[in-house]
Amino acid sequence: MSALLECEKVTIKFGGLTAVSALDLRIGERELVGLIGPNGAGKTTAFNLITGVYRPTGGKITFKGRSTAGVKPYVLSLHGISRTFQNIRLFGSMTVFDNVRTAMQGNRAQGICEALLRGRTFIESERKVEREVVELLKIFGLETFRDTLGTSLPYGDQRRLEIVRALATQPRLLLLDEPAAGMNPTEKQELMKLISFVQEKYGIAILLVEHDMKVVMGICKRIAVLDYGVKIAEGTPEEIRRNPKVIAAYLGKEEA
Amino acid sequence: MDWFLQQSINGLALGAIYALIALGYTMVYGVLRFINFAHSDVLMLGAFSAFYLTPTIAGALGTQTIATAFVVIVLSALICALIGVTIEFLAYRPLRKRPRLTVLITAIGVSLFIEFTGQHEKVFGAATKPFPKLLPSRDLTWGALHFSSNDLVVLVLTAVLLLAMWLVVQRTKVGMAMRAVSYNQQAAALMGVNVNAVISFTFALGSALAAIAGIFYAMRAPGIEPLMGVQPGLRAFVAAVLGGIGNLPGAALGGILLGLLETFFGGMPGLSNYRDGIAFAILILILLFRPAGLLGKMQPEKV
Amino acid sequence: MRGKEPLFLLLAVIVAVALSLGSGAFNRYYLGIAIDVGINVILAVSLNLINGHTGQFSLGHAGFMAVGGFIAAKLTLVCGAACPENLRPLLFVGALLLGGSVAAVVGLGVGIPSLRLRGDYLAIVTLGFGEIIRVIFQTSDFFGAATGLTGIPKLTTFGWAWALAAVTIYVVTTVVNSTYGRGFIAVHDDEIAASAMGINPVRYKVTAFVIGAFFAGIAGGLYAHHKAVISPSGFDFIKSIEIVVMVILGGMGRTVGVIFAAIILTLLPELLRGVAEYRMIIYSLLIIGIMLTRPQGLFTLGRKGATS
Repeated sequence: MSALLECEKVTIKFGGLTAVSALDLRIGERELVGLIGPNGAGKTTAFNLITGVYRPTGGKITFKGRSTAGVKPYVLSLHGISRTFQNIRLFGSMTVFDNVRTAMQGNRAQGICEALLRGRTFIESERKVEREVVELLKIFGLETFRDTLGTSLPYGDQRRLEIVRALATQPRLLLLDEPAAGMNPTEKQELMKLISFVQEKYGIAILLVEHDMKVVMGICKRIAVLDYGVKIAEGTPEEIRRNPKVIAAYLGKEEA
Repeated sequence: MDWFLQQSINGLALGAIYALIALGYTMVYGVLRFINFAHSDVLMLGAFSAFYLTPTIAGALGTQTIATAFVVIVLSALICALIGVTIEFLAYRPLRKRPRLTVLITAIGVSLFIEFTGQHEKVFGAATKPFPKLLPSRDLTWGALHFSSNDLVVLVLTAVLLLAMWLVVQRTKVGMAMRAVSYNQQAAALMGVNVNAVISFTFALGSALAAIAGIFYAMRAPGIEPLMGVQPGLRAFVAAVLGGIGNLPGAALGGILLGLLETFFGGMPGLSNYRDGIAFAILILILLFRPAGLLGKMQPEKV
Repeated sequence: MRGKEPLFLLLAVIVAVALSLGSGAFNRYYLGIAIDVGINVILAVSLNLINGHTGQFSLGHAGFMAVGGFIAAKLTLVCGAACPENLRPLLFVGALLLGGSVAAVVGLGVGIPSLRLRGDYLAIVTLGFGEIIRVIFQTSDFFGAATGLTGIPKLTTFGWAWALAAVTIYVVTTVVNSTYGRGFIAVHDDEIAASAMGINPVRYKVTAFVIGAFFAGIAGGLYAHHKAVISPSGFDFIKSIEIVVMVILGGMGRTVGVIFAAIILTLLPELLRGVAEYRMIIYSLLIIGIMLTRPQGLFTLGRKGATS
């Protein structure tokens, strides 16, 4: 399988601190990969590198066979990398509907001139966008909140809305940044189902960053473990569970 | 070369005044994160306080004596400190938890209120009044350089005040509290800092400096009127941003730089008409290369 | 009313022009104020695109207005004499468009620093640009230096002012309400999330400045041909503040509220004419009072969700 996303020896330094060091990571089409590690291991930094928010100080990232060096985050989004945020970043003044609609840019949104002239293509394109949004909201059970302010939803629904918004960009690769953070066990169960569902229904690749081992172990076929910016292990959930390095990183090193 | 030195002295004297005003902007910004538009009007009120106090004080302590000047300046500073604290208490404190933009507009409202009230004929009136001579002014000549003794006094006093401010902020307990509040208001409150008192103190200090700057400015200006604060206020505001708003040495540096630039461009034939615009042009250029000002630190947004 | 907006626009323009034709019946003083209202609506709605919808705090709107005013006025002053009477309206439209376009180009120049600056820094830079523009007119003999331009033909009618206000409202609301235009609000709400959703913040910010400046320029042209006299000092930073206050009182990003605020704040000084010496004091106290009691704007009810 050809890799959708490929990170080769990706490194980023902030001043003297190496947040991510020589990270190698491959994600194939339709793959669900987990990225775990203790707090401050560099997971979110890795995300920001992949989505173009940070520029690596070393190494190379390719998406769909093309280097992403110097490509702006919004361009990467248009090319098919979408994401959610650890600290939920919905559009605060928008309704649920508009939060999703806003993500439908790219070839689906008409420009300013079309909007002003209101030609048939414009009206049709706007109707199509509306249908697509409503459909997405229905699939994820948010249609009753259509005109509610996104940020006034319950916490779990906000997380869900963020995933829906990310899906609205029609990504090939979806990055989920600690979607289970702050959730109770029942909500986590639902979330795991939701993630598997999204991956199957839309046939996209997902990179799941998670602090909670259970969530990742439950749904990912392959897991990479970061500690102090270094990938210390990669493999199936079973391999990761038994890996002494991983255990040490999570439970603290025992003096040998 | 003489021209250069001459302009440097004029520029320094003007820049020192800007620096004093800029300190007030930057200190308030430091603790409350908003631009106190009414600051320039406190400056005007300082000049007017001196204007009304001088005849009385001079009657008791003699005209154009150092004692009179000293008492007038101190009393004006105290009056303005009180005004500054009152403005904060009435207009800004109720908005402490509101978006900064709301406070900014309120500040603009306060500024307009002071200006329009001042222009009313029963208050100060809109006409320009001659500012009384506080000190005997002597024209000094040194080589080919000419300057007024007042310029020298202003320059020295400003330097002393700037140093005193630095000591207050860096070496005193209340200064430490100010720094704590500006760093993290909530954490400071949790550590037992009386945030309201610190904010009041900041306003008092800033307004007192503005009053003194207003008097100095009035000594150089043809006269005083209720809108006299707008131009120096705007320059000082630019100076504060130039130096990196919230940063005390930055405000001083920005003020002096702006005073120098303005004087140099103002003194150049053909450019003098553009003087007002050039200050801003330079500000824009500097901000394009250092978006957080000369001494300010860029804080990248955490994702 | 999805899809019917062009009809409303057409209707508004027809009503404005029809009222204008019968304007001879109105008191000249009231007619003058009605034109002021129209001009201020254009200014406030266009600034609302920059400050309200896109969240870029600009303090230099009077500068764009000055550019439009001086360019348009100069054109009619130079070509007016050679222009036959029946082509006058055409010249006027040309002048307004030229003024608006030049202002838009200036807006592009001002918008570019906004790519790097935020909040207070952007506010001060736009303020600076506004002042620089004023100083340029003040020193340019071509535009009459400090005196400005006088004897500008009074071509602005009630119909022109209100029809163009309708066009401004139409353009801003239609653009902002389209799927593309949601990007303006996304940039306002959260720039980082917006970029992650395929929205180019740079493009939206600059677009907002260009459109906003264009209409401010048009308003400047209307203003010049309404007052017949313009001087650079009329476009100072106080003028920019006046427009900002309209936007904030109306509720940032809420076009309907901003229109009401523009109307009320234009009428207020006229209503206070009886207490003329106190009117500006009352005006400033009102700003403070409203900020203390209704900081979200005067004309916003309930939720913050509707941004149209």
